[in-house]
Amino acid sequence: MSNPTAPTAMADDRPGPGRVVRVNGPLVEIEGLDQVAVLDVVEVGHNSLAAEVVSVRQGLLTAQVYEYTGGLRVGDPALGQGHPLSARFGPDLLGGIFDGLLRPLTGQPLWLSAGALRQTGTRRQWPFAPAVSTGTVVAPGNLLGMVPTPSGVDHRVLVPPGTAGPVDWVAGDGEVDDDEPIASIGGSPVAISEQWPVRAPRPVRARLELSAPLLTGQRVVDLLFPIAKGATAAVPGGFGTGKTVLLQQLVKWCEADVVVFVGCGERGNELADALADLSKLDDPRTGRSLLERTVVIANTSNMPVMAREASIHTGMTVAEFYRDMGYDTVLLADSTSRWAEALREFSSRSGELPAEEGYPAGLASALAAFYERAGRVTTLGGEEGSVTAIGAVSPPGGDMAEPVTAHTERFVRCLWSLDRDLAYARHYPAVTWRRSFSRDAQSVGAWHASEGRPAWARDRARAVALLAEADRLAPMVELVGLASLPGRERVTLLAGRLLREAVLQQSAQSVNDGHCTPAKQEALLELVLALYDRFLALVDQGHPASAVEEIDTSGVVRIRDEVGPDDAAGVERRRDEMLAALENWK
Amino acid sequence: MTPTADHAPNVPLEYRGAREAAGPLLVVGGVEGIGFDALATVRLASGEVRRGLVLEVHRDLAVIQVLEGTAGIDPDTVSVAFDAHPLQIPVGEGWLGRVWNGMGEPLDGGPPMLGATTRAVAGSPLNPTGRAVPIDPILTGISVIDALTTLVRGQKLPVFSSAGLPHFELAAQIAVQANIAGEQFKVVVVAMGLTHADAATMRDALEPRAAAGELALFLDTADDPVVQRILAPRVALTVAEYLGFDLGHHVLVVLADMTSYCEAVREVSAARGEVPGRRAYPGYLYSDLASLYERCGRIRGRAGSVTQVPVLTMPANDITHPLPDLTGYITEGQIVLSPEMHGSGLYPPVDVLASLSRLMRKGVGEGLTRSDHPGIASQLVAALSHARQVRDLAELIGAGALTETDQRYLSFADAFNSVLVSQGTGESRSLEDTLDRAWQVVSELPRSELTMLSAADVTAHYRGDETKADDRPADEPPERADVPATWVAPDTGGQERRG
Ligand SMILES: Nc1ncnc2c1ncn2[C@@H]1O[C@H](COP(=O)(O)OP(=O)(O)OP(=O)(O)O)[C@@H](O)[C@H]1O
Ligand SMILES: [Mg+2]
Repeated sequence: MSNPTAPTAMADDRPGPGRVVRVNGPLVEIEGLDQVAVLDVVEVGHNSLAAEVVSVRQGLLTAQVYEYTGGLRVGDPALGQGHPLSARFGPDLLGGIFDGLLRPLTGQPLWLSAGALRQTGTRRQWPFAPAVSTGTVVAPGNLLGMVPTPSGVDHRVLVPPGTAGPVDWVAGDGEVDDDEPIASIGGSPVAISEQWPVRAPRPVRARLELSAPLLTGQRVVDLLFPIAKGATAAVPGGFGTGKTVLLQQLVKWCEADVVVFVGCGERGNELADALADLSKLDDPRTGRSLLERTVVIANTSNMPVMAREASIHTGMTVAEFYRDMGYDTVLLADSTSRWAEALREFSSRSGELPAEEGYPAGLASALAAFYERAGRVTTLGGEEGSVTAIGAVSPPGGDMAEPVTAHTERFVRCLWSLDRDLAYARHYPAVTWRRSFSRDAQSVGAWHASEGRPAWARDRARAVALLAEADRLAPMVELVGLASLPGRERVTLLAGRLLREAVLQQSAQSVNDGHCTPAKQEALLELVLALYDRFLALVDQGHPASAVEEIDTSGVVRIRDEVGPDDAAGVERRRDEMLAALENWK
Repeated sequence: MTPTADHAPNVPLEYRGAREAAGPLLVVGGVEGIGFDALATVRLASGEVRRGLVLEVHRDLAVIQVLEGTAGIDPDTVSVAFDAHPLQIPVGEGWLGRVWNGMGEPLDGGPPMLGATTRAVAGSPLNPTGRAVPIDPILTGISVIDALTTLVRGQKLPVFSSAGLPHFELAAQIAVQANIAGEQFKVVVVAMGLTHADAATMRDALEPRAAAGELALFLDTADDPVVQRILAPRVALTVAEYLGFDLGHHVLVVLADMTSYCEAVREVSAARGEVPGRRAYPGYLYSDLASLYERCGRIRGRAGSVTQVPVLTMPANDITHPLPDLTGYITEGQIVLSPEMHGSGLYPPVDVLASLSRLMRKGVGEGLTRSDHPGIASQLVAALSHARQVRDLAELIGAGALTETDQRYLSFADAFNSVLVSQGTGESRSLEDTLDRAWQVVSELPRSELTMLSAADVTAHYRGDETKADDRPADEPPERADVPATWVAPDTGGQERRG
């Protein structure tokens, strides 16, 4: 694997060397380096640390260095690399773990001192099967051949953007090297791996409307705040409210072909835990290890801050790369706040005028640009693919008005807000229905209807209304006491509690209930709604609400853990038993 | 100039005179070839020698933060020499059994630490693929912690306290008592910004373990220069990483008080004129704290571990203050001390409901502590949460109007405090003792309330009476309306283990 900043050009073509004139943490200033553009990569110092130019003013370059700069001196050399920050995207991504610049972390030194990640890994041979023959005229996005991978997510080698013409030559069936050309098109060599500048969105033919949901196996998401394939979601929540657990549940269980998880400025222990889990679990759809459909980008909080800033873009580009092959991909970033803080740290060192809370004035547009890279598209090759982007947000002090949360809310289609009180009461996932939304609920409802589940939208509407009504009644109980409420309202409170406990709560640690299929989800919701109807009927018939409240509902709350993740029939049996028992009630 | 040429000079470069000296910072002009973060040796006219670190190099200027501060420095007569490299210290077992200042200089009259093996105090990030998932407990001998917020090897679990609470006592007690049965166990304590009185108490409390050669104490007092406070945890963690990851010991690092550390960071930041963030702390405080807190864990294929217990005082007891907030965002749970509990004379005043050890699930249970541990922990927390609601209700309607079951919850809560939580500062309890106490407390409740425990565990350990508390007046609301029947305590795997 080559270094992402490694030159494609020869050393003597590269501008420089210039000279470092200032070092302040990750910020360096460089003089005497011409022909270098903003966002170009430069290598500084005798350890050739990778850096990216952020501004050029009257011959003075300001760059952010992606490594610890201890020991870097005024007068040290700086070499322009002649290209913007790029990474190489190839078949070795799946199942791999990389740093923020997409350098593989496996097989690297235990301690990542500055410059340690420069060594390139061993090259691998891949089986290649051509899909075109000499003379075929191809355009960007056309399929050139396949690299079957063990994961079952086959690597499709496509004509890169900007390359077109007749196939001059194409390799036959057989093993090829990562970077070895497998074809020549209109005179340009094409390899199975592609170099791409990570900050530039990869081009598509058209953006499509969103409709099908990305099923996540998490009931509060799929039933209440569904996310469409190609949409965006943010998960804001104070520390310990469950952002990481929720995102990792999605890594494991969401129905995507490829999942990219970016650990952006978070904990090393969590990553080790997630990796261990993923390699142990099998994908229920393919039966293969979940790790094999996953790309992990790890820039933990103690790794260099500027590589953390890059990691979000790197991860997004990986997702786009698989999208272009026609896959549904999901990008999860934990946490986008750490990325925003990296932006802030650098802008403050470079003396930029701070806007809100010290963040650079460009924060909102940077966030918008990131989430805009998500979408469902027709690829250049005419396939359909999607990138769904989901970011955790870590508001300081749990303050939802702070800039990163406030801006992010405006740009995403779904908001899954985590609530400290729910987490404190161990209601997990602590997604609060009061401060969450999905702007795709309607189109997802239409999709369910077209899939033969017309009840989905109706049930969701009833659930939302029930939660709201129970929330409206709860403070009245505190004021006037439960006994003074009319029977129907007491039953509503009871049903609201059942909805929260039997349907919305879902422990990530539960073997049976860690994820849940749509059929079981619907069965659970219908169980609660059916009981709600029956309870209402009972009070309407004149039974005292207090008697209805005494009905043993523990079987309702327990059924989610008692039956397997797709055992809708088991839930329906419980419903029928409960209803039958109530048939002959009193 | 070729990129491979080695320009690192072997002799330190020395400069006479400085442009400016203010607060912790010294600005030296006319310099050449000075590396960022390099070590500087500052010589005063009096012959006194101080050390500093290069914060910034800009053309011919070097900005140095002087560890001892710039008080007494005359810019005209001072001379400064620079090392080619960032600060390194010798590492090894020689640190143990001794008392040092924040820079690693002896405070106990003994010789300085020497050794052939050195490490940079800044440390290097651990490759995430090299980490092993923290499992296995560390026992502190403190019941409420061992039972309910078990510390796991390789974890970082802070204590959030407030001014006036006995957090230094608790820190010292943890440092003295923590152990793993049958394994080598070492402790590194970093005391930052302590008053001389607190420092003396701390030193005395730690004496037995230090005398046994198992503990290194780095002592930085409130009147020491702030920059030294920034260095102290880095020196200590460098020592700890070597003991843990190179020599294979299990090492516990206690860092107290992190609030003083953060204030030192803020002071240096202000002296540099940096853009202030929340409460005037610099925007990079998260990364700065992470560069300390992430220096713990376990490594695949290696024997030892490094575990951290940072202690911090929350300004104005506000958990949303940037210091506890940023810490909570990095650490793996928190142990929260409560002024109310302290006020009622309870030690250690741990607020169990606000506390959580996120890695506990990996550290307790069959083969780790005891098979009934996860269940009893979930049950205690669930019952405590209900007891708190009952207490609120009792204040509204009077205790007499409570159901008998709810009254039992009140006696449960009392027993919880008196039997399980309350403990002497010098008292170390075995895990058996702690869990037996937990069962004694739970036995205050009717057997029918123990929904989170397996029938087998209840049969084996429950000692309460067998009366079925079905005494609820018919027209009362159902009890436990807000506590889910399948309430699951986090990290104790309630769902999987419920039997
Ligand atoms: N869905 C869930 N099921 C069971 N337990 C959960 C769930 N979500 C959260 N928890 C509990 O809450 C703890 C904290 O969750 P998590 O680590 O996801 O918080 P976070 O929001 O990512 O916090 P931070 O911002 O500090 O990273 C977990 O260790 C676990 O005990
Ligand atoms: Mg998290």
